[in-house]
Amino acid sequence: MAATPGLRYPSNKKTIYDRNLNRSKNAELSRAAFAYLFVEMISYAQKRVKGIADLERRLNQQGYPLGLRLLDLLLTRASPPSLRPTRILPLLQFIAQTLWRHLFSRPADALEKSESDPAQYMLYDNDPLPNTYISLPKEMSQLNCAAFVAGVIEGVCDGAGFPTTGVSAHSVGEQEGGGGVEGRMWPGKTVFLICFRGEVLEREEVLGRGGSG
Amino acid sequence: MSYYFSIIGTNDKALYEHEFGTSKQGGDGIARFPTESRHHIQFVSNSSIDIVEEIQWSPTTPTSGGAPMYLKHIDKFQNLYVSGFITGGNVKFLLLTAPAAAPAARSSALASSARASAYPSSSNYNPTAPATEEAVRNFFVDVYDAWVKTIMSPFYTVNDKVTSPVFRGRVAGAAKKYL
Repeated sequence: MAATPGLRYPSNKKTIYDRNLNRSKNAELSRAAFAYLFVEMISYAQKRVKGIADLERRLNQQGYPLGLRLLDLLLTRASPPSLRPTRILPLLQFIAQTLWRHLFSRPADALEKSESDPAQYMLYDNDPLPNTYISLPKEMSQLNCAAFVAGVIEGVCDGAGFPTTGVSAHSVGEQEGGGGVEGRMWPGKTVFLICFRGEVLEREEVLGRGGSG
Repeated sequence: MSYYFSIIGTNDKALYEHEFGTSKQGGDGIARFPTESRHHIQFVSNSSIDIVEEIQWSPTTPTSGGAPMYLKHIDKFQNLYVSGFITGGNVKFLLLTAPAAAPAARSSALASSARASAYPSSSNYNPTAPATEEAVRNFFVDVYDAWVKTIMSPFYTVNDKVTSPVFRGRVAGAAKKYL
């Protein structure tokens, strides 16, 4: 098709459509480069916010579009036939295994269902990569920059048709008041709290009945 | 045969539309919809969104918790057949197929015989025949590949219209190859 005015081809004549989706499958990104960019992202966000919650929300928003994209990308890369997750558990496993392996080259450390609230699920990471080179000043000890990753998770859930009321990242040590053995071994341990909306649970129940009946 | 292909975003708006004809069996790849259905193909195609949403959450294998993206033949209205595909991000691909009346139908001299031959040719079209399903599946898979590349673009935000001529070229290529 002839180039229409307004469309610019890159200098090497390769548009995004000419690149193979699996090209960067096993490519690793320099950790230093990531840390550098991530710090810039944080300071960019920090200049424009009022408080810690606002800052986390902003980091979350930066991660969200990433999740939408990664969902489809990783589904196409899965060995065929690629299946869309239609239940909560396969979706969470997709996040804890496929997504985590893609982003951090290892699976997430634990996945738990909240006992008190059926809509809540917890995903644990003992040492989240984004926080590796981040040291928090005392007055900002509540901040967890893994909020960025929480945004990615939210994007995946939302994109797959599992809207959430929010995904947030919390440091475990601070919650348990010092942490105990776990807290000492993994000072950066972070829990991602995933809270699905009511309609997702309703649908889950209907699908569950369909499966057993 | 003539085809109408559309991509429907998560808010049920069309992000991309494309009409083409078959390139198999000497087809020239130009859409020739029957005049009587010409004006309602978009309507028929979009009305099947409801059906997609109905079946998208009914997994074929309940235990695995996953469902295939390709939904096969999902809807029929008069002589128009709709096949569907749903991406991981809940974007719907709809392909409407209008089986061709015999080419002779265009010549008025043979009108009566053409009418007779038009019926078998359209009833010959079987949307659930394995070959047809496979061809449509291959088409969708190719388009999906281009689609994922589209959404990978950092300048694309969800539910934007796709205007890239390169994307259009990819869809046309897939159509020519399989349909």
